[in-house]
Amino acid sequence: MSALLEIRGLRGGYGQVEVLRGVDLTVQAGETVALLGSNGAGKSTLNNVVCGIYPAWAGTVHFDGKDLSRAHYREVVKAGLIQVPEGRKVFPNLTVLENLELGSFTRARERRAANLDKVFAIFPRLKERLAQLAGTMSGGEQQMLAIGRGLMAEPRLLILDEPSLGLSPLLVDEMFGLIRQLREGGLAVLLVEQNVGQSLEIADRAYVMENGAIRFSGTPDELLGSDELRRAYLGL
Amino acid sequence: MTSGGKELAGIFLFVALVAGIPLATDSGVILNFVMMALYAALLAQAWNILGGFGGQFSFGHALFFGTGAYIQAIAQLQGGLNAWLALFMAVAGSAGVGALVGALSFRYGLKGSYFALVTLAFAEVFRILALSVPFTGAGVGLMLPLHESFANMQFGSRKGYVYLVLAFVAAALLLTWWLKHSRFGAYLQAVRDNEDAARAIGVNPFGVKLGAIVLSGGLMGAGGAFYVQVFQYIDPGIAYGPGTSVEALVAAIVGGMGTLWGPVLGALVLHVLADLTRNLFGQLPGINMVIYGMVLVLIVMFLPRGIAGLGATAKSLWKKSGGRRG
Repeated sequence: MSALLEIRGLRGGYGQVEVLRGVDLTVQAGETVALLGSNGAGKSTLNNVVCGIYPAWAGTVHFDGKDLSRAHYREVVKAGLIQVPEGRKVFPNLTVLENLELGSFTRARERRAANLDKVFAIFPRLKERLAQLAGTMSGGEQQMLAIGRGLMAEPRLLILDEPSLGLSPLLVDEMFGLIRQLREGGLAVLLVEQNVGQSLEIADRAYVMENGAIRFSGTPDELLGSDELRRAYLGL
Repeated sequence: MTSGGKELAGIFLFVALVAGIPLATDSGVILNFVMMALYAALLAQAWNILGGFGGQFSFGHALFFGTGAYIQAIAQLQGGLNAWLALFMAVAGSAGVGALVGALSFRYGLKGSYFALVTLAFAEVFRILALSVPFTGAGVGLMLPLHESFANMQFGSRKGYVYLVLAFVAAALLLTWWLKHSRFGAYLQAVRDNEDAARAIGVNPFGVKLGAIVLSGGLMGAGGAFYVQVFQYIDPGIAYGPGTSVEALVAAIVGGMGTLWGPVLGALVLHVLADLTRNLFGQLPGINMVIYGMVLVLIVMFLPRGIAGLGATAKSLWKKSGGRRG
């Protein structure tokens, strides 16, 4: 059986600057994969190239049996590869309900009501705030809303870009608890994180990125078991 | 959808009420006031589509106004076309200029103050072009001969013009209502709030903003065409000068950006203020601009949601003070 997401030899960048220097990465159905790496390693660029926001220079992206290598981001969303962008990107002047509904316009529009109920089951706090403007909520709540909006499109694979960024330690714990919950529901998650410890606790496999290429891939135990890797890439 | 139904009922009630005014009075002062307030509302509504719903602040909406006005005049004077056909061309032409400016500036990702400056520059370029080329009548301007008849879109009394501009305002209200309740409108507001997040849900910001500037430009062009029909004269300063751009954006911001009734409210309040000051200070040149400036500063400081957001602002202030006490 082929993988859910299969990235082969992906190259890309901005203008003349090559950021991704041949990235190989796979995610199987139902798997939680952590993509780790320091600032500037190319994690977010990889994310954006895979999602079709920036064009790939070379290499292939296959998702769910489809070739999405040069696809427009609209096609990527339609295929069910849903990104929750970095930095709590919600629509601040729209209500919580409108934010969630917007998530379902491109995909899974006909099952919007059922998916709303599903999102409220995961994030009961959002249900209490349906009519509130998203911009007036706390950072943690906005992050939940951004994830909820992603879930409204019935993702086959959910890419979470730094969901714990800028949250208090308590909220970070809550966030990872929620990701665990999504994983237990059978959803495939690609978790792009700098928070190494907690990411490795919930991931099935992990990749470490450096200078635009994958330097390590394996299980969290293998990663933590190698002193060299730990020192060199994880700072643990 | 009940809120949408209520809004629609409100639009029809508003149109019916205003349509009753010319039946109830023959006073030239009142009819002139109603006509000019509706005309200002139309300009503000046009600006609100791009600025309020799309978050793209244009300082040069006169670009579309002037284009509509010149097409309306030139099509009749040099093309010998019927005024209603000219109106159709004026709307299409200014929408086309909107598409051109939008394609250029959104393609290169201009936002915020950069976009505002580019629109201002485009309006100035068009003003200078209108001063230099022969078919606009250059600095002398164009004069539309007076032939009062419905077919010519010229009316013997102000009443005809009130109905004409009311029809435009009603169309703009319905268009705004559609924006509030349609998928395109939701996309537009999403792009206004956060382009990256919009892309993440599969929305193409470029296409959505382009659609908004085309709608906004077309409506502004209708305002320009109306101006030419009422005053039968246009020159580069009136057409492309900053006055019209300022009027459109101040009324929309004062009334409440991104709302259905804000531009109409803002236009009404500003015209009442302008008329009051004219009575108090006489025809002091530029006094209305001074008033506009002061009102704008006060609104931005104390009522960021505009007059239409007065209720929400009051509610949040009340909650805040209540929260402190509690």
